[in-house]
Amino acid sequence: MAARIQLLKTALEAALGARIVSLTEALGELALVVKPEDYAAVANALHDTPSLRFEQLIDLCGVDYSQYGDRHWNAARFAVVAQLLSVAHNWRLRLKVFVPDDEFPVVKSVTGVWASAGWYEREAFDLYGIMFSGHADLRRILTDYGFIGHPFRKDFPISGNVEMRYDPEQKRVIYEPVSIEPREVTPRIIREEAFGELRPRK
Amino acid sequence: MAEIRNYTMNLGPQHPAAHGVLRLVLELDGEVIMRADPHIGMLHRATEKLAETKTWLQALPYMDRLDYMSMMANEHAYCLAVERLLGIEVPVRAQYIRVMFDEITRLLNHLLWIGAHGLDLGAMTMFIYAFREREDLFDMYEAVSGARMHAAYYRPGGVYRDLPDSMPRYDVSRHRSARTAGKLNENRLGSMLDFVEDFTNRFPRCVDDYETLLTDNRIWKQRTVGIGVVPPEMALNLGFTGAMLRGSGVEWDLRRKQPYAVYDRLDFDIPVGVNGDCYDRYLVRVEEMRQSNRIIKQCVKWLRENPGPVITDNHKVAPPSRVEMKSNMEELIHHFKLFTEGMHVPEGEAYAAIEHPKGEFGIYVISDGANMPYRMKIRAPGFAHLSSLGYMAKGHMLADAVAIIGTLDIVFGEIDR
Repeated sequence: MAARIQLLKTALEAALGARIVSLTEALGELALVVKPEDYAAVANALHDTPSLRFEQLIDLCGVDYSQYGDRHWNAARFAVVAQLLSVAHNWRLRLKVFVPDDEFPVVKSVTGVWASAGWYEREAFDLYGIMFSGHADLRRILTDYGFIGHPFRKDFPISGNVEMRYDPEQKRVIYEPVSIEPREVTPRIIREEAFGELRPRK
Repeated sequence: MAEIRNYTMNLGPQHPAAHGVLRLVLELDGEVIMRADPHIGMLHRATEKLAETKTWLQALPYMDRLDYMSMMANEHAYCLAVERLLGIEVPVRAQYIRVMFDEITRLLNHLLWIGAHGLDLGAMTMFIYAFREREDLFDMYEAVSGARMHAAYYRPGGVYRDLPDSMPRYDVSRHRSARTAGKLNENRLGSMLDFVEDFTNRFPRCVDDYETLLTDNRIWKQRTVGIGVVPPEMALNLGFTGAMLRGSGVEWDLRRKQPYAVYDRLDFDIPVGVNGDCYDRYLVRVEEMRQSNRIIKQCVKWLRENPGPVITDNHKVAPPSRVEMKSNMEELIHHFKLFTEGMHVPEGEAYAAIEHPKGEFGIYVISDGANMPYRMKIRAPGFAHLSSLGYMAKGHMLADAVAIIGTLDIVFGEIDR
């Protein structure tokens, strides 16, 4: 498997050259980070280059890095991560792009390269508010009709902002601010002394 | 001349053929579908967000509730991802148990699929036959985990406990005579593995029965042959995996191509379709049931001969035994820390995929070294499959939409997450 990753690494370096921001191998997986302006072109190259041939976009998701590691996050807040698979060569690649502008994150759509990106990009838009320019049908997908906000952002409360119920007087379903108190059952902890860590810290 | 306009129709979300809560907005020209727009999210529970506030162990039972027709397969993907980040080894016996239950799960899923798909297309008997076999499989689930559906049996580092030495039996009661109970208990007298083996001996004949009912059935063929044809290049582009991809003639199975657990030591065949229509996908899934049965047989044989530990002995990840916990101070601390604060997973990210009954089920986790995932993304096979419904249903008759929904093998627990 390690030999295959080396092979893929060389093929990627040959095909993409200077467009690679970083290409790292960790835990038997290869991750490629590209600049947002190169993203669409790199996606095209990954799909079309015969030595790479990533025919399948397995998954695409947004990530909100704003609270990563409980420290101040200086780089771009949102990232789009795509998992690619080549059936012909039997290898995988993780393609990551950090989206510029935290207030209005926009990145190119890859629906023209992989048809399966359509719904995944709609999901990333719905949950994180990342816009995909060139997407033909960028609607919300998982949340309710008329939902406000992007629920998977780290600053969105886990209990949500509104709750709904049937109101017998108005004879319709109404929305109200949530009545439940947010509570934390298990606090989130990052230990410096690395309790229970099995792999050494980088 | 009268103006003719397309007709828009709503199918679901409360429709027996919608397999849960699918709302399908159809644009019809007469009875021909011009456009199909699935609306999903009615079952959205934000599993991924909830997992961000739960410890690594607490997030595991959520997996059962994703694709609630193949519970343990979901757990397997999650455990593989966490184990990869932790860098721990899983005992071989645990891997065999996992593979055996993955295949039992595959049978559970495909039996439900064949039953429900049959019911959608007017073959009522299939549903009842398939559920008869599912009952025995649920008993296996119950024997190892205590739960018939939401097992939470796989844990990072192995499986929670070893296979039991006995199967629960039916009691004699006012409603069940000694003779009936004795007959029901015939295959429950030995260990759990005896029960599984007895099932694998019976099961091929059950599949023969299903095939007698459907494979050459004229009505079944009229409803499925040539419906929802997907050429292989299109199947790849649409993100198809699993039986949907193999039905289109692409030989791709993660169990063979990127083996995990002990699949590389087992002998099984990968069925592949030719035409990429609903009928071929039906044939592929039926053959997969036979192959799963073969794998279960091999696992039973191996598990009989090779006793051993079923969970890692690293007590930062897996709990110590009760005896150790109550006699050893350090183990008591391990136990307490594991079940309150939880394990800490080293910083990094991993994507682990398995050949789930429905396709490629993947878990992508990002850890920042805390006792909870920073981000967890669930790659559900049904999500990609359902997104292609518009492409597959276009130009077909309204009744074929039901056949296509059936062949996608969708479950909303995983699509909406």
